[in-house]
Amino acid sequence: MSTSEPNLSQTADVPELHLEHALSGDTGLTTATQSVMTLEDLSVYYGDFLAVHDVDLAFGHREITALIGPSGCGKSTVLRCLNRMNDLIPGARVEGRVTYHGVDIYGPAVDVIEVRRRIGMVFQKPNPFPKSIFDNVAYGPRVTGMKVNMADTVEEALVGAALWDEVKDKLKQNAYSLSGGQQQRLCIARAIATQPEVILMDEPCSSLDPIATAKIEDLMAELTKQFTIIIVTHNMQQAARVSSHTAFFTAEADEAGNRVGRLVEFDSTARIFRSPVNPRTESYISGRFG
Amino acid sequence: MSAIAVADARPLTGRQRADVKSIAFALVLWICLAVSAVFLFFMLAVIVQQGLARFDVRLFTAPPSTIRPDRAGVEPAIFGTLWVIGMTALIAMPLGIAAAVYLEEYANPRRWHSRLIEVNIQNLAAVPAIIYGILTLAFIVRGPISIGAVALSGATALALLILPVIIITTREALRAVPSEIRFGSLALGATRWQTVWKQTLPAAVPGIATGSILAISRAIGEAAPLILVGATTFVTVNPSGPLDRYTVLPVQIYNLIPQDRQAFRDLAYAAILLLIIILLAMNGLAIWLRNRYQRRW
Repeated sequence: MSTSEPNLSQTADVPELHLEHALSGDTGLTTATQSVMTLEDLSVYYGDFLAVHDVDLAFGHREITALIGPSGCGKSTVLRCLNRMNDLIPGARVEGRVTYHGVDIYGPAVDVIEVRRRIGMVFQKPNPFPKSIFDNVAYGPRVTGMKVNMADTVEEALVGAALWDEVKDKLKQNAYSLSGGQQQRLCIARAIATQPEVILMDEPCSSLDPIATAKIEDLMAELTKQFTIIIVTHNMQQAARVSSHTAFFTAEADEAGNRVGRLVEFDSTARIFRSPVNPRTESYISGRFG
Repeated sequence: MSAIAVADARPLTGRQRADVKSIAFALVLWICLAVSAVFLFFMLAVIVQQGLARFDVRLFTAPPSTIRPDRAGVEPAIFGTLWVIGMTALIAMPLGIAAAVYLEEYANPRRWHSRLIEVNIQNLAAVPAIIYGILTLAFIVRGPISIGAVALSGATALALLILPVIIITTREALRAVPSEIRFGSLALGATRWQTVWKQTLPAAVPGIATGSILAISRAIGEAAPLILVGATTFVTVNPSGPLDRYTVLPVQIYNLIPQDRQAFRDLAYAAILLLIIILLAMNGLAIWLRNRYQRRW
């Protein structure tokens, strides 16, 4: 039931991918980089409604890539394609390729369960299960049949999510007894317990207070040493603080007046925020719209 | 600020005029509540007063008798009720819960046949109970199955009766589980089955339990469908298996009320009192369960 990708180990070499040929139009990336995942000509439809079209992106190994842009421009839609969570939305349809280590995850004979084990997700609003803290973190390894010592795995995951010290004496307590920021770190611990390679984060701090947000941003800096992180954020300053590469999306009205999302510019964070190529990027960054 | 005068402005302080409409409305609501409460209380008082006379040990331990009503009891009816309701629950709950899980978690709601099934189930919940009696009479008591007027056929009639209700309340309980829980589970690599079995169903158990208890308590009080499938036989022994002849409490009461002698009617009132107590206990349990385990997501 495994995918047909070349290797299963997280620490093995990832293929280099030169991106110039994959990108077109306004976007441009000037350096070759090692990518874990790429998007090639990705378009997403919800029924007849085109949500986002022709996205070309590459996500670097053990880097943090931020997707920014105004509301309704398709950032979350694109994120959900990366671990096939879009499959769960009735009427959702994907065209183009989403590759993980060179394998199109929407191809035939791809085990979507394995995809989701390797590409984890943290949601906007913390969504712990109504179970104990221990059972929350152990759920992923249990359902995917990982043969590991559960207590050790849970401890490692909680340490990795900077939550261990706060909960080590109350692992049997219900997860809802934690504060919002702690619950979100619990969700992060839950996601890393399955030993993924990539972690997708959909506006993980937008329902948290600034102190909890700061803790999670520090946590991301630690996590990136081990995981590739792709984060959607409304908060431009957050993108500037944590990410190494940034993709700017926007929504344009087409001839019929429908708003369709598209990728405007993708570059290293430093360049996007200091000297963006596209004037629309510049307008958004400087706060003139969005 | 310009001096714009608001027409008919009321003073902020000072004596207030009574708001007649609000008071009248509240009074009407209160009267409606009072009428219902008084009626129910009166009915309960009559039952208690009439039934207390024969509410003794013999009610529970003695078989019915046509000759000596003062020594008679309703023991076979009590056991019959236990047998029938036990089987009803065993049939209806697994079927109903499984059907609801399929409709809520697996079926595509946009297909036409899903909507057709949904409308049908809503309809079936409103069908008069006696229709289920006729159906069971035709196919289970007689017809292809032909097991006769035994406890199992009574249980089948009641199970069919409460099945739509269980499906509907279970679906509501499943719907109340937020989709974030399902998404969280699926995003970790669980299959849809694992998500239902380990997250959605356990979280919906309080709602399912409440709905099932209320459905079963309705079944306990049903007489019409059971009369039709043959629960009126005058049984003097307790049923010992699903294929025995039987009677149930509501039907026994139905038999006793029109009798000539007052002693029989006293016995009937005692049986009614017993039934009311059972129903109150079950409904109380359902309400307690709902309050205790109700989750604020």
